Amino acid sequence: MAKSVLIDLTRCIGCRGCQIACKEWNERSVKPTTMTGNFTNPTELNSECYTRIKFVEQEKQALPVWNFVKDQCLHCKNPACASVCPVEALKKTEAGPVTYNFSRCIGCRYCMLACPFYIPKYEWEKAVPWVRKCTFCSDRIAAGLVPACVKVCPTNTMLFGEYDEILKEANKRLTDSPGKYVSHIYGKDEAGGTSWLYISPVPFESLGFNMNVPTTKLPDLTWAYISKIPAVIGVVLTAGVISWAITRRNENMGKEE
Amino acid sequence: MKTEHEIKMWTPFTILMCGLMGVGGLILLVRLFKGLGAVTNLNDRFPWGLWIGIDVLGGVAMAAGGFLIAGAVYILNMKKYRPIVRASILNAFFGYLLAATAITLDIGLPWNIWHPIFMWQIHSIMWVVAIHVVLYTSTLATESSPMFFEKLGMEKAANFIHKIIVPVVLFGVLLSTLHQSSLGAVYLIVPKKLSPFWYNSQFPWLFLISAVMMGLSMVSLETILSEKFFKHKADMGILSGLARGVLITGVIYFAAKLWFLFQGPGFAAVFNGSMEANMYLLEMVISVVGPILLLSMKNVRENVKSLLFVDILVISGVLLNRLNVSIFGVYRDQAATGFSYFPSWMEFVVTLAFISFSIVGFKVCVKYLRVFPETETQH
Repeated sequence: MAKSVLIDLTRCIGCRGCQIACKEWNERSVKPTTMTGNFTNPTELNSECYTRIKFVEQEKQALPVWNFVKDQCLHCKNPACASVCPVEALKKTEAGPVTYNFSRCIGCRYCMLACPFYIPKYEWEKAVPWVRKCTFCSDRIAAGLVPACVKVCPTNTMLFGEYDEILKEANKRLTDSPGKYVSHIYGKDEAGGTSWLYISPVPFESLGFNMNVPTTKLPDLTWAYISKIPAVIGVVLTAGVISWAITRRNENMGKEE
Repeated sequence: MKTEHEIKMWTPFTILMCGLMGVGGLILLVRLFKGLGAVTNLNDRFPWGLWIGIDVLGGVAMAAGGFLIAGAVYILNMKKYRPIVRASILNAFFGYLLAATAITLDIGLPWNIWHPIFMWQIHSIMWVVAIHVVLYTSTLATESSPMFFEKLGMEKAANFIHKIIVPVVLFGVLLSTLHQSSLGAVYLIVPKKLSPFWYNSQFPWLFLISAVMMGLSMVSLETILSEKFFKHKADMGILSGLARGVLITGVIYFAAKLWFLFQGPGFAAVFNGSMEANMYLLEMVISVVGPILLLSMKNVRENVKSLLFVDILVISGVLLNRLNVSIFGVYRDQAATGFSYFPSWMEFVVTLAFISFSIVGFKVCVKYLRVFPETETQH
């Protein structure tokens, strides 16, 4: 019964209502930014900004075309960030969100290294820093509400529901209007599958999506090592005891001679 | 060996190191009260920097000599190395103190450092690493405790440790095998971020093999330097034995590196001129190719000055490997508009302060404790 969101990029008009709703619900302040010659603001997610709209200007038949891309944590089904967290501060909940528990966190920032999408951000400027990222409004979901960004969107760019239903709907839209979308559901396989899925009218790489993401379950990579530890313990202890016994015996035999 | 009065405590170099420790301490105070951002150049794209690369990954690798020499003496019964066993364990102890202190101050919430002991998450390599640091630092403390007990006149306690030393050393060997490799395993989770020059599903074991090279070289370096500064007699048999160890491990390491290169980007990629390729090439020349070529010559193996040079090559080469994995190898993927990383001067000073702490701490121990008891009785 994991919740999921489908983002249909053909529908977004770039109003940034989601960006504001997110700030309000999560009580985030702002970080000053500067003009960059681009409407995307801020240029990267940060500890005060869990979601934002990227403005991508492209050319189609010599005419400028805008695409607006909502950017936030994808809430992987098997999240690397949660698997590497030494104290289970980050956790994949059954309801779908990957949540953060500050009271457990030690601040090692391994989650930031492990995330293939560079989502967790840090409060570098604070003496008591938190890891910050989109919460999938886990508090709202627990109360039976939809996430703040989904709620506020005027064009229904986002569809919130059960994962299986959402994936079915994504496939349906692709098959129903094949000319409208590129035939790829971003998040279906990326990082072993994510709870947030995207469908797009133009190739994802042209919108700045990270295509250099493994499609395997990332936690399996480290488990391959951890699961060998008992065997290593057995081998080292056995080898150690045997070589100790042999060298001891050799020495004692030497003494008798 | 010189008696304790003969080792001069306040040499200019020691004063410089103490100065660095003082400045480093002040910087760390600022870090505690103003946050990591006030003293480091770390950012959202570069969560780990110089402190993780050198102090933690490097410090632990430098400490590998402790489990190797302790294992050789107490488990394999290689009596030849007995004169340097205390120094090696002490050196490892300081290496781990360095790594443990550095990681405590590098994490965002140092006062929560104890959490992994009670909040288990066995799927996390970082949890595995944390538990190893705790257990092995305690093991090293136990292994080096007889020196302190002797000084305090607690003969019974020293004798007790002596009785249980074999299982303690075996435990230390086990923990080190796992800890050295698990530090490499930390990077298994980033198959696309880390350049294929270093990433391989088996590369945790490369961390272990290179730590063995580094550990043996550290022991050799410290034996040579102790002779020079502490007037303790270095045995040429010990030094050439260590050199042989470095040579054998180096050949294995080189073969494994070539095999992984073949599996990954291929041999030709080494010369493609990219930053990663150049760093890989530099690392390979310094850490393995150079040392293997030099050590294969008999006159190098029998000359203290040449051995010192090879030790420095291996140590800096393996340190470079740790930096390549932690910074240069992930740089291309992590860098983005507005995000780059070069350590701040304060990060450099703190790193130097940590290294100074290890050296000065070791020196104080040599001055006041019986670190080289075997050679002492011979004179």
